[in-house]
Amino acid sequence: MFSFKNYIAVTSLEEAYDELLKNKKNIILGGTSYLRMGNVAYNTAIDLSNLELDYIKEGETCIHIGAMASFRDLEINEITQQLFDGVLDRCVRGILGVQFRSNVRVGATVFSKYGFSDLIPTLLAMDSTVVLYKGGEISLEEYLKEESLRRDILVEIKIKKEGRGSFQSIRKSKTDYAITNTCVTKIDDKIRVAIGVRPGKAVLSYRAMEILNNNERTEEIIDRACEAMSEEISFGSNMRGTAEYRRAVSKNLVKRAIQEVL
Amino acid sequence: MILTLNVNGRKREISISPDEYLLDVLRKLGYLSVKRGCDTGSCGLCTVLVEEKPVLSCSTLAVRAQGKKITTIEGCQEEAKRFAEFMAAEGAEQCGYCAPGFTLTVLALMKENENPTDEEILHYLNGNLCRCSGYISQLRAIKNFMEAEKR
Ligand SMILES: Cc1cc2nc3c(=O)[nH]c(=O)nc-3n(C[C@H](O)[C@H](O)[C@H](O)COP(=O)(O)OP(=O)(O)OC[C@H]3O[C@@H](n4cnc5c(N)ncnc54)[C@H](O)[C@@H]3O)c2cc1C
Ligand code: FES
Ligand code: FES
Repeated sequence: MFSFKNYIAVTSLEEAYDELLKNKKNIILGGTSYLRMGNVAYNTAIDLSNLELDYIKEGETCIHIGAMASFRDLEINEITQQLFDGVLDRCVRGILGVQFRSNVRVGATVFSKYGFSDLIPTLLAMDSTVVLYKGGEISLEEYLKEESLRRDILVEIKIKKEGRGSFQSIRKSKTDYAITNTCVTKIDDKIRVAIGVRPGKAVLSYRAMEILNNNERTEEIIDRACEAMSEEISFGSNMRGTAEYRRAVSKNLVKRAIQEVL
Repeated sequence: MILTLNVNGRKREISISPDEYLLDVLRKLGYLSVKRGCDTGSCGLCTVLVEEKPVLSCSTLAVRAQGKKITTIEGCQEEAKRFAEFMAAEGAEQCGYCAPGFTLTVLALMKENENPTDEEILHYLNGNLCRCSGYISQLRAIKNFMEAEKR
């Protein structure tokens, strides 16, 4: 059972970061839904709840999503509902129930780079950036490429305002983890193709993007891009599906998503 | 640490360890309608209302509920009883184990959305699993109950 000895509801990010560095067994709390599934005894749990990081707001060029915003916020907030054809709402609304989504947090999810995530490939396709307390702002694309997890705090996610998006996934039953998923976006007429639940971390299909962004997007070109994606991306097997199944299904999901954003 | 909770309009104080979950603390305080099912956040059985919103007490640290308004079935007996009649009329309940969490989620839905569509009802209740009955009979019961409550 997940446990900790001390609890601090910090009053600033600086205080949270200082606490985090004090001991290897100190942790930041998100919604604790995932943490509680583990069996680790921590030292100090650092709660960001008092820092008002649960915002979703519109800036001049970007939408800003605070680390403590919940999945339910993404689902019901007017800004995210409009953004990229409501793709953030669509990628989270199938995850268990309303109560669960009210509890799990955007920052915890993105920071942890979960391979089973529905949100991460969506944010990756949206060309988001992550703002880390110490590490500053970097693209999610670069952040996901880092092998290890930093000792840092994710403060917010930034997303460009304009674009179209389509999220597609396949699940064995409605509230199960996805077998595989994809998000395709079109930003300034450039297509981005992200593949999640391979079952590894979400990645972009650079070859599919190159084909789609350098050719007239005919049916033949779309098929060529999907084929290139299936050759480029490495899929794996687990209890939910084999690599072959994922590869075959992903081709169709990506095709559907491309057609939706064009 | 000493925790002060506002449960069903009553101030309750209890000494807890900071890593205790709301589910266990509420049960210690005697609110036995709050039940543990999956303990992973997947079944909705442990649902209570915090500031009128449905929350999984198995996944919510009790310290985070400090000072907030918590409602369990013990705090809304009248509505729960009225709703139970509509459930029984539609054959939508058998063992009743899911009922506390399910009923509270229905009450929260009614506050959030006065005229939900069938799809909105099913979506809102998606996180409340029932091993016995069919979800369609539950849907009928919810719709009939909501109609009756408007009158
Ligand atoms: C039963 C179950 C089913 C799920 N199904 C799905 C699914 O189908 N699809 C899907 O996409 N996801 C799914 N998830 C994952 C879920 O959506 C969240 O991504 C996950 O629970 C993490 O969010 P949390 O708020 O619970 O984080 P926590 O458990 O609180 O934290 C997770 C990690 O992030 C760290 N952390 C928290 N906040 C920060 C921060 N601001 N900065 C740095 N580090 C931080 C914590 O220290 C911890 O290591 C599921 C999870 C569970 C438990
Ligand atoms: S016991 Fe909390 S969701 Fe199942
Ligand atoms: S009536 Fe038995 S679990 Fe719902």
